[in-house]
Amino acid sequence: MKIRIHVSLKPGVLDPQGRAVHHALDGLGFAGVEDVRIGRLVELDVADGTSDDALTEMCEKLLANTVIENYRIEKVS
Amino acid sequence: MRAAVITFPGSNCDRDMAVALELASGTAPLRVWHGDSALPENLDFIALPGGFSYGDYLRSGAMAANSPIMRAVVEQAGRGVPVLGVCNGFQVLTESGLLPGALMRNAGQTFICRTVGLEVANAQTLFTSGYDAGQQIDIPVAHHDGNYFADDTTLDRLEGDGRVAFRYVDNPNGSQRDIAGVLNAACNVLGMMPHPERAVDAAHGGTDGLALFKTALEGLAVA
Repeated sequence: MKIRIHVSLKPGVLDPQGRAVHHALDGLGFAGVEDVRIGRLVELDVADGTSDDALTEMCEKLLANTVIENYRIEKVS
Repeated sequence: MRAAVITFPGSNCDRDMAVALELASGTAPLRVWHGDSALPENLDFIALPGGFSYGDYLRSGAMAANSPIMRAVVEQAGRGVPVLGVCNGFQVLTESGLLPGALMRNAGQTFICRTVGLEVANAQTLFTSGYDAGQQIDIPVAHHDGNYFADDTTLDRLEGDGRVAFRYVDNPNGSQRDIAGVLNAACNVLGMMPHPERAVDAAHGGTDGLALFKTALEGLAVA
């Protein structure tokens, strides 16, 4: 079973990386980009029977820092 | 006096930390590897040094916080053993839940390596009583992820309870409310981004960090 974990900074948390990329896009002449936020994609290949609870636990214990980050679990196949 | 310095793969300030502890106490600290599951018995002090544990992969300090030795560190911290985390050690302490908040990429994006001014915000802790409240000291910083973040409720609580140990005089990294170092509720765990262990020898440019080690180890040296 393939799982994608999308980790992103919570709204309101300053994202200096996103801000720098935003600035670079501006510099390249792309108009109308209102904001850029950089996140992380973690792809897992797990045993078919892996429970939702186990996936949530992986996110809460290691993959995301819930002080500053949100996460979303996506089952790909 | 029995102090221990934990070394994670990627720690690079562990020797400096050991030198500072020996200078302050006269006794060389024990060295502990991250993969050990138990700490030496009867420790009086535990130090988590700076560096780049596990290459800072995933997030700074995230993997180290889940290494076998950290379960023992959390347990000892709960028993009141003083724990000091510097730089990457601070990141490990927040990731392990021993301290609130998180350390994010510096607001200016760049790695900062220079000496900064700190104000001693609380001089009544076991780490800071060698200073005067409001005293300004000069301590080096060297970090990329030193931007302290916590939500407003947490920050209010930290300030209200006197758990901000140090503030930046001229905030170099965007840290909320200029916070450079915070304590746990029991005030026996201190995490700070600046490196006091790099300020213990006049030949290295200053000795303002020495009082922190001397105070924290005071009374333990003869034990």
